[in-house]
Amino acid sequence: MMRHIISILIENESGALSRVAGLFSARGYNIESLTVAPTEDPSLSRMTLVTRGSEDIIAQITKQLNKLIDVVKLIDLADSPHIERELMMVKIKTTEQTRNDIRSVVDIFRGRILDVTPSSYVVEMTGSSEKLDAFTAAINHDTIIEVVRSGATGISRGEKGLHL
Amino acid sequence: MELSGAQILLQSLADEGVEYIFGYPGGAVLHIYDAIFQQEAVKHILVRHEQGATHAADGYARATGKPGVVLVTSGPGATNAVTGIATAYMDSIPMVVISGQVSSPVIGSDAFQEVDMVGITRPCVKHNFLVKDVTKLAETIKKAFYVATTGRPGPVVVDIPKDITAPNITVPYKYPKKIALRSYNPIINVPKEQIKAAVELLLNANKPMIYSGGGVVLGEASAELTEFTQQLGYPITNTLMGLGSYPATDKQFVGMLGMHGTYEANMAMHESDVIIAIGARFDDRVTGKLDEFCPYAKIIHIDIDPASISKTIKKIAIPIVGDVKPVLKQLLECLKDSKKKPNKKALDAWWQQINEWRSVNSLEYDRNSDLIKPQYVIEQLYQVTKGDAYVTSDVGQHQMWAAQYYHFDKPRRWINSGGLGTMGFGLPAAIGVKLAFPEADVACVTGEASIQMCIQELSTALQFKTPVKIINLNNRYMGMVRQWQEFSYECRYSHSYMDTIPDFVKLAEAYGHVGIRIDKPEQVRPALEQAFAMKDRTVFLDIMTDRTENVYPMIEAGKGHHDMKLRVALGTSTDRELA
Repeated sequence: MMRHIISILIENESGALSRVAGLFSARGYNIESLTVAPTEDPSLSRMTLVTRGSEDIIAQITKQLNKLIDVVKLIDLADSPHIERELMMVKIKTTEQTRNDIRSVVDIFRGRILDVTPSSYVVEMTGSSEKLDAFTAAINHDTIIEVVRSGATGISRGEKGLHL
Repeated sequence: MELSGAQILLQSLADEGVEYIFGYPGGAVLHIYDAIFQQEAVKHILVRHEQGATHAADGYARATGKPGVVLVTSGPGATNAVTGIATAYMDSIPMVVISGQVSSPVIGSDAFQEVDMVGITRPCVKHNFLVKDVTKLAETIKKAFYVATTGRPGPVVVDIPKDITAPNITVPYKYPKKIALRSYNPIINVPKEQIKAAVELLLNANKPMIYSGGGVVLGEASAELTEFTQQLGYPITNTLMGLGSYPATDKQFVGMLGMHGTYEANMAMHESDVIIAIGARFDDRVTGKLDEFCPYAKIIHIDIDPASISKTIKKIAIPIVGDVKPVLKQLLECLKDSKKKPNKKALDAWWQQINEWRSVNSLEYDRNSDLIKPQYVIEQLYQVTKGDAYVTSDVGQHQMWAAQYYHFDKPRRWINSGGLGTMGFGLPAAIGVKLAFPEADVACVTGEASIQMCIQELSTALQFKTPVKIINLNNRYMGMVRQWQEFSYECRYSHSYMDTIPDFVKLAEAYGHVGIRIDKPEQVRPALEQAFAMKDRTVFLDIMTDRTENVYPMIEAGKGHHDMKLRVALGTSTDRELA
């Protein structure tokens, strides 16, 4: 069950997101994460969809996505070298004693502290989804108040790109 | 020219060349109905239930190849249309469904007769639109027809809020001649190498099979398929949806394949070494158990929809994504250029084997019964109509018998709900066909359960003078359900019969038609002749058939093609225990 990151250029129309989400639920594919926002061309949205499946399933997913009339283009980023980033914000309980330790872990992961109160930090971190997983694993679980993640986005390396 | 939204809609349909719209009025479409009243170009067929509208439009589309057009109101009008939309979607039938919607300002407020039609139909349409701006209406209608009729066809819904069609708001009208969507390009070119490779593989086959489906009918490629098949001399089988795309009376035709296919078709598929699938999608009713499907075959698959390829059967040797008609032309050309010819010795041996399977005579039934055998009725129907009728059907045993015993030599003559299996389809579909071809014989083969699902359309048939012949194979059971209960549930016939069945003769008469009840085999032929002689009357033939007749052969669910259930012994089945 390989993890795939599918990047989709889709018409920026109301309902476009539900067409994609509906396709996944109707055909029983799983969505690990899904991000969507308009591009520099306001008539187009870009979606990044992380899913898992055998090669057959991923092939069906990309074909079925391509069949959606609103989908302009898509690529499977996992097919070639690419960069993956996800944004995470974590709210962590702090005490006098733990504050320094947490800060050093945040430094190691190249995170930033966005907000400080006497009893908490808000930490911002970007990276691959794996790196974010590693960070939360490195923090004492009981001290995590909440975690919010954007879901992965990605872009291919080199000159080639997903555009009209 | 300034027009209101309602006028724009009607003018767009007229400019699109639409002959008929099948519909039912209601609050959200009153402006549109007022515009219908004031024009003559597009004729409106008033059905008795919105499901009937969709099936009638669907029947019209299947028979003509032109898109069917439906008009329904918001809320319940729209939801009633959903079954028909899903039916068309599963069989890739081009259809444009206009649904009224509550006025834009109240959308989302749970207004009277409001339903999210775009949301509800999303999984069963090729595409859908909500019109938010009257200046975009004509363009949206054009897009709807373009999407519905190109590529792999399908239904498209256009949801129009009431304020968009208001008579007091007029805008300039211009119907686009052509339209392009940057996200949709249905034209596909097939690389020569793939054609060559396919021909090479076909010519090297020892036990070849041609397996073709509804795509050939939709793609208007019957002539090419026939030439291709006859050029090669290979056996051909059709799916339920493909019947008629190759002449069934030709000696190379081995019958339908799949769950109720012939013994020879299924055995040949099982033993084949090279299969070319043309406009067929390896549906589960065709393949049976996937692991056991065609274990020795290399498969060439031609389909216009890339997603159909390797969807169920994964091991495709040569995938060809393209429109069947040009692809078959390319294949024919390549075949003519090829120096190699089919291996005659191997082919002779293959035909010999197939003829042995044929001699099992898997469609034989008891011809000496005192009871009316449903198969006999279809055979007589075939003879009386000289094999040239349009035959619509509902869903169940009668559908399979019609498919097995009416030998369709022409495409678009066999009109049934193959993918979704929608009971209630047959009668309204027959009305749609009859409107398209008023001179043709149109028969609706049905059963006493199916016909009751859209019986109200008998009234439509009278109003719009569509004299169709209803062949009701009345076995007082939901026959296919009963058959499965007999085979798989130890004859526990749970709710597969109705204790009260209407007197269909009286019912037909109540609707202004002719009803005839038939109880004996010798009455069948004369009654059919009488019915088809009454050119201007809808005739309801209520035919009391053998209650316990089953459809054979049968591949039970989860079994392979070589594992067929054949009729064990000929003889009446009435001695079998009934609940």
